[in-house]
Amino acid sequence: MTKTVSDVICPFCGTLCDDLEVVVSDDGKTIVDVYNACAIGAAKFMHAQAKDRVKRPRMQQADGSYKEVSYDEAVEYTAQMFAKAKKPLMYGWSSTSCEAQSVGHEIAEKAGAIVDNTATVCHGTTLIAVQDVGIPSCTLGEVKNRADRIVFWGCNPTHAHPRHQSRYSIFPRGFFMNKGHKSRKVVVVDPRVTDTAKMADIHFQVEQGRDYELLSALRVAVRNEKLPDVVAGIPKEKIYEAAEILKSGRFGIIFFGMGVTQTLSKNHNIDEAIMLTKDLNEFTKFSIMAMRGHYNVTGSGQVLGWQFGYPFCVDLSRGFARYNPGETTSNDLLRRGEVDAVFVLGSDPGAHFPISSVKKISQLPSVCVDPHITPTSEVSKLHVPVAFVGVEVGGNCYRMDNVPIDARKVVDPPEGVLTDHEFLTRVNKRLGELMGAA
Amino acid sequence: MTTEYIIKNGFVFDPVQGIKGDKADVAVKDGKIVKSTEVSSKAKVIDAAGKTVMAGAVEIHAHIAGPKVNEGRNYRPEDKLFTYTPKKKGSRMAGGFSIPTTFKTGYEYAKMGYTTCMEAAMPPLFARHVHEEIKDTPIIDEGAYPVFGNNWFVMEYLKNGEIENAAAYVAWLLNSTKGYAVKVVNPGGTEAWGWGLNCLTVNDPVPYFDITPAEIMTGLMKTNEYLGLPHSMHVHQNSLGNPGNYTVTLDSLKLAEGIKAKNTFGRETVLHSTHIQFHSYGGDNWGNFESKSKEVMDYVNRQKNITVDTGCVTLDETTTMTADGPFEHHLTELNHLKWANVDVELETAAGIVPYVYSPDIKVCEIQWAIGLEIALMTKDPMRTFITTDHPNAGPFIRYPRIFSWLMSAEARRDRIESFKHSAKMVEATHLAGMDREISLYELAQMTRAGPAKSLGLASVYGGLAPGMDADVAVYNFNPEKSYKPAEIEKAFSAAAFVMKTGTPVVIDGEIVSNGNKRTIWVNAKVNENPQVMRDIKEKFLKYYSVTQGNYDVTKHFLSGNPRVIEVDATT
Repeated sequence: MTKTVSDVICPFCGTLCDDLEVVVSDDGKTIVDVYNACAIGAAKFMHAQAKDRVKRPRMQQADGSYKEVSYDEAVEYTAQMFAKAKKPLMYGWSSTSCEAQSVGHEIAEKAGAIVDNTATVCHGTTLIAVQDVGIPSCTLGEVKNRADRIVFWGCNPTHAHPRHQSRYSIFPRGFFMNKGHKSRKVVVVDPRVTDTAKMADIHFQVEQGRDYELLSALRVAVRNEKLPDVVAGIPKEKIYEAAEILKSGRFGIIFFGMGVTQTLSKNHNIDEAIMLTKDLNEFTKFSIMAMRGHYNVTGSGQVLGWQFGYPFCVDLSRGFARYNPGETTSNDLLRRGEVDAVFVLGSDPGAHFPISSVKKISQLPSVCVDPHITPTSEVSKLHVPVAFVGVEVGGNCYRMDNVPIDARKVVDPPEGVLTDHEFLTRVNKRLGELMGAA
Repeated sequence: MTTEYIIKNGFVFDPVQGIKGDKADVAVKDGKIVKSTEVSSKAKVIDAAGKTVMAGAVEIHAHIAGPKVNEGRNYRPEDKLFTYTPKKKGSRMAGGFSIPTTFKTGYEYAKMGYTTCMEAAMPPLFARHVHEEIKDTPIIDEGAYPVFGNNWFVMEYLKNGEIENAAAYVAWLLNSTKGYAVKVVNPGGTEAWGWGLNCLTVNDPVPYFDITPAEIMTGLMKTNEYLGLPHSMHVHQNSLGNPGNYTVTLDSLKLAEGIKAKNTFGRETVLHSTHIQFHSYGGDNWGNFESKSKEVMDYVNRQKNITVDTGCVTLDETTTMTADGPFEHHLTELNHLKWANVDVELETAAGIVPYVYSPDIKVCEIQWAIGLEIALMTKDPMRTFITTDHPNAGPFIRYPRIFSWLMSAEARRDRIESFKHSAKMVEATHLAGMDREISLYELAQMTRAGPAKSLGLASVYGGLAPGMDADVAVYNFNPEKSYKPAEIEKAFSAAAFVMKTGTPVVIDGEIVSNGNKRTIWVNAKVNENPQVMRDIKEKFLKYYSVTQGNYDVTKHFLSGNPRVIEVDATT
């Protein structure tokens, strides 16, 4: 006999679907099947079952090979690393729970560390833009119930947030939207003909890197002012037409992704997109939302916010919190050689950072806390495997619209494997002893 | 560990026992106030000779935890400039001015002798976030008010006059979100904001739902008394911040006429009108903007079943934030500063805009005067409480400065004289002609006993009678000596000694302990109501973006230290 756990939260992307049903074996130890999830989400649950999973910490040897060590040794190495370091970097935090982040921040205060999350290479530019011009937004249920104008700008949810369109944005029937996608107009702005673009009523194949110009042109068109014949590769007639579509809706929303946050102009693109949204509120109701990637990158920004007042790249090395993107951001610190130890939890910079940064990680005392073997674990001095948050341990997470949802535990972790919260708590305690002794 | 204390020879001000500055001892045992004869000779003595002794203060309305507060923190890095204090033994690093970090919030309230605080607006869908922040706010006991005034369930039930169903829903939601009271913000107007619209009078119909703000407020007052909740309905009225809005305010207050308080908590009021400074404006534009505090307070003084808090402007750069979404849009159009907004499905909305209350701007000067007038015009300090609607009219750390303005006509005169438009301000307000000075006893009523009573918590907070919680504040302030206004501010900014539930938390203005913080919530029991349960299930299936199974915060909440107020409304 199997049993089914319902209302399970998917610990993959920022869509944070919370309607999964997971079938587990009678003894509660193995996952048999996953319903309602997208292919990526289901794979995440099934992957936790992998037979070749690493179950004990591994220390890098002089020849580059890894040798199994105990959790006690791993805690000791990590705590010693923090105690000796003058300016350690603690990076990641996007694939773990808020409870674990919170303990990490206590360690960071003691060690004088920099805490940075994956926004640093993703929506950090969005966070900067919000600090410039604010952000009119809403929850995803508002989109489902009210929105008749949907814009996807520089994002491809069909592949990156697979259930976003069916749960919230294009297809669902909402309270005031009882005809589902038939009552919505969809605009996609993307230089590529993506699978999302194929579903659009209007697809603007913007010239690469010209998003700022097109956003500005839309602001002009919304005001019915004059435009040049072509902007960013789009004829002006099309721009006026799109502006009219946006203005004539009752409730609209712009979703945007890394196609605008990490291309030319970066945060300035988002400034302009937010100001376009604000302008549209002169005519109708309009919102804008970042398509956050990791399932709890938003939560990292929230916990950092209420504990220190800044959403990412928080530098605690001077004994008080500082925030200066460009100076206190991970890649800038690594490439300038300003940190003397690296701790990674809940992300994989080995796969996502420039090689010049990854080389620095490999040269420094470094710890990678991750259930998987990853490019980061393979360059770190110590790899600490932990339980999967959202599969083997619960904890609070924040969806891309900042709605908090508690992740659920579905099965037990393999015997003896710590959760990241437990590991961090032990490091925090040991570090306290070391610092007290110093 | 010592559990017995005796605070000796202070000048005690305690409205609960009617003590008006007599020299007396306050004895504490096991976290409670006891008679001085009940502590042993081992009790630790705190010398309060020449000092003022009051109960820990009770904050009835502040925005200190939750999604909009945190958005304020994250989108205003500039608010942290020059504010940070480093980590010390036993305390975390802490920073921020108008929207301090959670740690700083707890420390700063405690330093001023505040030991209980209510978060004024919790969007139910974000309750878990609010509680996460509450858990990270040290020392102070906290509760949070979920917002109901634009909730789809509430509007549908009240439109049909179904008070019993509304009550069952309110009880369910208080339980699901671990909330404390029924909060109403811009009733109907915030739902209208879903379409970019607003309700500016109590009779403007809400789009689609076809109910008026007046019907929502009346219905929720009746629902509140049907349940017999500890606090009354707590309302932020329509048309906040607009010239001439005092008539809307009076229309709203009049709804309380004829409604009787029904509860077991000693509460006699049925409506709390919050930050009423923002709702006491005359004129019809910013040019002829003027104070209507007299008209409003004449009514409040007469109508005994309502309480108010002031919402005093402190003349600082601050961060406004409210569930009144359309108001914040209006404000950003006025001052062109950065605007954040969040509409919350089926429930509410919120907006945030920074604001500078400048002593060089006439309107700000008048707002400052109105806030103080409200407090000075009160005939019943047990029904008029001092707030800044933190951080909307100014940060809570300015309370001591407000006390000095209220307690000293000289301080007010100095302030008025240094305004850029003092002559115009004097003409538009009553303040310059008022010589009343609030006494320490009245201050204790307006910051301790009064709010505690309105919250239905008078048996535990806000007084020094035996049996009450041992929340005590001692200030370096000798009421028998003459003093300068600046000395009031200094004394109340950094208490000489503060005790929270029997644990000393502040000594000589410094934090010495993180105390034993609790979260206060109301567990209201009602008759089984299958219809409401079915409605809830249906709305979650069709319209919410989370499942019903993931909405309830109980599991998350268990790690806290709850203080549950039980209410039995079963029949």
